[in-house]
Amino acid sequence: MEGIESAAQVTLSLAASLATGRVLFLLIHILGVLCFAYIVAKRMVPLLRAERDFRFDHPLIRLGRVLKFWLGQWKHPRYKLAGILHVFIFAGFIVLAIRAFSVLIVGVSENFVMPGLSGRAGPIYDIITDYSATIVFLCMVIAVIRRLVFKPARYAVPARYGKAHTADAIFLLSLIAILMVADSLFAAARAAAQSQPGPSVETLAAFSLPWILQKALLSTALSTLGKLYFGAYLVHELTFYFLLCYRPFGIQFHVETSLFNIYFAKLDREILKPVRWGVNDEHLDQVKSFGVKTFEDFTWKHMLDFYSCADCGRCSDNCPATAVGRPLSPRFITIKARDYSFKRYPILGSTNNGETNNGAALIGSIYSADEIWSCTTCGACEEECPLLIEYIDKIVDLRRGMVDDGNVPQSLQKPLKALESRGNPYGKMEKKKADWANAKEFQQTCPVKTLGKNNSADTLYFVDSITSYDDRMQSIGRATAKILNHVGENFGILGAAERDSGHEVRRFGEETLFMALRDHNVDAIRASGVQRIVTADPHAYNALKHDYKDVPPVEHISQVIAREVKAGKIKFNPIENGNSVYTYHDPCYLGRHNQIYDDPRDVLDAIPGLKRVEMTRSRDRSFCCGGGGLMLFYEPKEDQRMGVQRVQMAAEAGANVIVTACPFCMVNIEDAIKVAGLEGKMTAIDLAELVDQQIARDVPI
Amino acid sequence: MARIFAYIVHKGGVAADSALELAAAARKIDAVASPTAILTGWGADLDAACNTLGASYPEIWKIANEALAYPNAELVRKALLKVLPSDSIVLVAHEHFGIDLAPGLSIKMDSAFVSDVLDIAGVEGAGLKVVRQEFGGQVSAHVRCDISSGAVVTIRPGAFKAVEGAPVSGVVVDKSNDVGGLVSGRRYLETVVAEAGDVDITKYNVLVSIGRGIQEKDNVAIAQELADALGAAVSCSRPVVDAKWMDKSRQVGSSGKTVKPKVYLACGISGSFQHLAGIKGSPFLIAINKNPKAPIFQVADVGIVDDILEFLPELTNKVREMRSVAAK
Amino acid sequence: MEILVCARRVPDTSENEIQLNSAGNDIERDELVYSINEADNYAVEEALQIVARVGGNVTVATVGGEDDEEILRREMAMGANHGVLITDEAFRGSDGRGIASILKAFVQKGHYDLILTGIQAEDGGAQVGGMLAALLDYPFASLVNSIEILDGKKLKVSREIEGGNKEINEIDLPCVLSIQTGINEPRYVGMKGIRQVASLPIPTFGTSELGIPPGAVGEAAAKVKRVDYFVPALGKGAEILQGSREENIDKVLELVIAKGGLK
Repeated sequence: MEGIESAAQVTLSLAASLATGRVLFLLIHILGVLCFAYIVAKRMVPLLRAERDFRFDHPLIRLGRVLKFWLGQWKHPRYKLAGILHVFIFAGFIVLAIRAFSVLIVGVSENFVMPGLSGRAGPIYDIITDYSATIVFLCMVIAVIRRLVFKPARYAVPARYGKAHTADAIFLLSLIAILMVADSLFAAARAAAQSQPGPSVETLAAFSLPWILQKALLSTALSTLGKLYFGAYLVHELTFYFLLCYRPFGIQFHVETSLFNIYFAKLDREILKPVRWGVNDEHLDQVKSFGVKTFEDFTWKHMLDFYSCADCGRCSDNCPATAVGRPLSPRFITIKARDYSFKRYPILGSTNNGETNNGAALIGSIYSADEIWSCTTCGACEEECPLLIEYIDKIVDLRRGMVDDGNVPQSLQKPLKALESRGNPYGKMEKKKADWANAKEFQQTCPVKTLGKNNSADTLYFVDSITSYDDRMQSIGRATAKILNHVGENFGILGAAERDSGHEVRRFGEETLFMALRDHNVDAIRASGVQRIVTADPHAYNALKHDYKDVPPVEHISQVIAREVKAGKIKFNPIENGNSVYTYHDPCYLGRHNQIYDDPRDVLDAIPGLKRVEMTRSRDRSFCCGGGGLMLFYEPKEDQRMGVQRVQMAAEAGANVIVTACPFCMVNIEDAIKVAGLEGKMTAIDLAELVDQQIARDVPI
Repeated sequence: MARIFAYIVHKGGVAADSALELAAAARKIDAVASPTAILTGWGADLDAACNTLGASYPEIWKIANEALAYPNAELVRKALLKVLPSDSIVLVAHEHFGIDLAPGLSIKMDSAFVSDVLDIAGVEGAGLKVVRQEFGGQVSAHVRCDISSGAVVTIRPGAFKAVEGAPVSGVVVDKSNDVGGLVSGRRYLETVVAEAGDVDITKYNVLVSIGRGIQEKDNVAIAQELADALGAAVSCSRPVVDAKWMDKSRQVGSSGKTVKPKVYLACGISGSFQHLAGIKGSPFLIAINKNPKAPIFQVADVGIVDDILEFLPELTNKVREMRSVAAK
Repeated sequence: MEILVCARRVPDTSENEIQLNSAGNDIERDELVYSINEADNYAVEEALQIVARVGGNVTVATVGGEDDEEILRREMAMGANHGVLITDEAFRGSDGRGIASILKAFVQKGHYDLILTGIQAEDGGAQVGGMLAALLDYPFASLVNSIEILDGKKLKVSREIEGGNKEINEIDLPCVLSIQTGINEPRYVGMKGIRQVASLPIPTFGTSELGIPPGAVGEAAAKVKRVDYFVPALGKGAEILQGSREENIDKVLELVIAKGGLK
């Protein structure tokens, strides 16, 4: 060592050594930014060729959602460890983003200081960044260990979807770790050099990565430190640009796209995407092709979804179809489309080999028909996705495409045809629709009006097909009627004039048939002159509430009961069987799709002596029973029925009575109890049936 | 009344079971008539088949022609046209060959045609009144058919009970020389036999159909043994397939196969309408279920409230017992 | 290949009890919905698949009234190139032979390489295809469950015979085939498709266009007539056997033998 220089001199000499690379760094900057811009431009190409999507309304609401779901990382902690790791990494990245830019600029202008960080804020910010880099680095280490040692099941790639994504994930995690180390080393080398002449002017955050590195470098020769300083900078710069340009090739693209994906995410999730944005129902006949058949039929937002997926596997981890071994995994709906898009729109070479027409049909190439029919539209995947990726709309759009091409499973054609000709999937006669209410003994105890010329009422009980025609479910209908009768509701039914709500018809992609059913029902409802609608079928509820327009407000019977219990109009006899333990199964279209979680539970808890337990998967994580409506007619390939898993979950929770509030759940769960061999040990009852059974009728109201 | 002929299908030197049923149907049209059997074919098989009919038909017409070694409906039609009087009443079993032959034969004979007849209601003058089923067997119809210039009538297999009358000593009349050379625009190539083990439940007259009441996979054998004894097939309802106790191809119902057996033994099947939707043709439905309130009893013809796991093995034993007695 | 499919509109009775009208001469049709006969729909699908392979046109024809136009539109929505309604008051009451004669006259107005029918209608007798072939002197095969085009002059067809076996034949064109259900998986036709063909013209043919002499077809010429409908006696609900298990077993066995027979 040639004598101690002053700290200022050291700083100058470090800056000088960095300055020798100025041209190189500038070149890297320019190349890196150009590369990234080019790649992003290429990635934009399919979005520009995609279908329209109206996502530019309500900027304030959208910004609010960005704050909640992007900046606030709202969904992440649903998975504790991974979620918290991500929150840390995300926060670290946000903090480091500013430093990264200032460091990049330092390479070409050594004395640059980020505006706002001169003065007192600078050191504080430096301390935060030191810790941030350290935390991100540690998170990377944990993440790599998780990937390599603990291997969470949701990251696994089933053989039919190709090779495991582990190597790519670890590569990316390592690059980030390298970036953090380089960044820290850059700071550490400078601090170490500066501390050699005397007390350091820069203080590094104690026990942070730069701090540890600095301690390790304290006795290193100044010239070596100079080289390290230069080298760390170069590595940082190269890694930074490599990552920037590499991310758009894989799962890390979400770093760039997530902000936009959340900003443009659907605001009204419960409303299904129209067949074509900007084309109203009256003009739909002019639309030649319905739905998604080729990649370019997706909307630009749906393509952005594909880019944004971080491959975290939460969707499929919660997907009941995946759980029972159906050929569907929402994660791979996205991954396959993204891979297809990358292949069709390569970064190098001409876009889809110069073709200007749309690509091959997706069904039969990247997706199978069974895969797309396997979805029950339960919404578990969408509920879980931290990036608000949409699945149901895509599935429905793909089904619309298949229906348009006539590619509909034979087992579904018959009920669809019956819906067209008879207004119900069973092909039953319209005149028998009110048979459930017309049995003499029942009419004597609980008269049910059929609304029409001579009969009017305030409230319409919309029964829907399964409750009208299925012997077992008719009991739910009668229970509902008795409850309405008990609370003194002036109500009636449409009888033969009521058609199927069309809820599943629409979700199975038969938009035209749905519109016919809807229009018929809307006319019938309006003609009846009722002020409000009540239904006991969550699918009908969802249809009437979100798919229909210009009909009176609709309530599910559980809401009515909850209100009347609160108002004191419904009082209950205590449960007599002390051995019964109840659990409430959230129907997808009552819970997840309409956030009615508490009313049914409040009703149950109002019944004296009712012991209630919660299943692990409840409320917005409820596990679909197997699907309603047309799903009853579709036989997917599966290892087990969803319902069987569900009743096992109830058994695990210690329940022996499953209460649900949906006739389709009842079909599936009652079947499943038998298949699971739990007959005699487990029973299922509809909330309305239970309420009807426990109502204290002799109490004056 | 015009002369009645019964076209007899045969295989391997043996006349089909329908031969006796056609004789019974002929007697129901005309109690005193002596129906004539007609057989076409070639070689020793044909002779053997003709000889087996001597007890039931007083006269058996034999048409031997090499071109008829395998029955080709068009060639058979051409051969029959050469020998049949124009006002004949021709009875044919309503199975795959009859469906091929009969309609065209009636055209060429310029006679009336009525198919898939279940019963003969009587003859009034030139009108033959028969019973048919329509709309999947939900309704029956009387059909009147003008037989003044002959008729071709196909008879539903199993609809007429073979009558055990006094044996006749039928004579075989060789009509082969009346038939010349035969050519057809259709040529038989081969028969592809259905894969072994690939049971087509839609093809059986009797189905032993099992539901959840079978309880576990090992118990499927109980139903299979009964089916084997009866010459029936085992079918099932959806839960049995779901539980992977039987192959999907065995499932009856709206999401499975549609079957049209004559007898449907519903064993431990509750009778959901999705299941019942797969049962067509109004079979005789026998339901065995330990739950007296099972909906299947609403639609069954006969019901037994019992545990199938005990009932079926005993029934199987009874069938075997009866068979061994019959064999002696 | 020019293919003609002869189709029929029939009431869809599968899910509902059929009731007789008060006169007993017909079923109660007011509440029934009609659609194309199932087997005919398979025939159209098969024709479309053949045309997709070798080119050509598919024409669907039906003998009936104005109401029957709906099935033609449905099949056109499926992809059939033409729909033809063969209608005339004089055709009313025709028996199978009459229908076959009308179709023969229609076939002779055009040039068809292949004529397909469904094997049987819900209320039919599995007869028109075979009769039409005989009238035209075309080769015929019934219960066809697969078709392979060998060359422009012949086909290889498989017939469904007993026990699920298949009888393979070579058949010269032009010919008539009656199609068994299950030969293919017919495509779905939604309301949208039907609406899109709603304005396409459907030509009609009557006695004059077809040159059928009056009295040759229709009720007067029919040799076969339905006299009445009746419902075979049916018990309400099961007769629950109350005997001992042994007695019940005897009874079941007796019934199985009587109603279905042992094999």
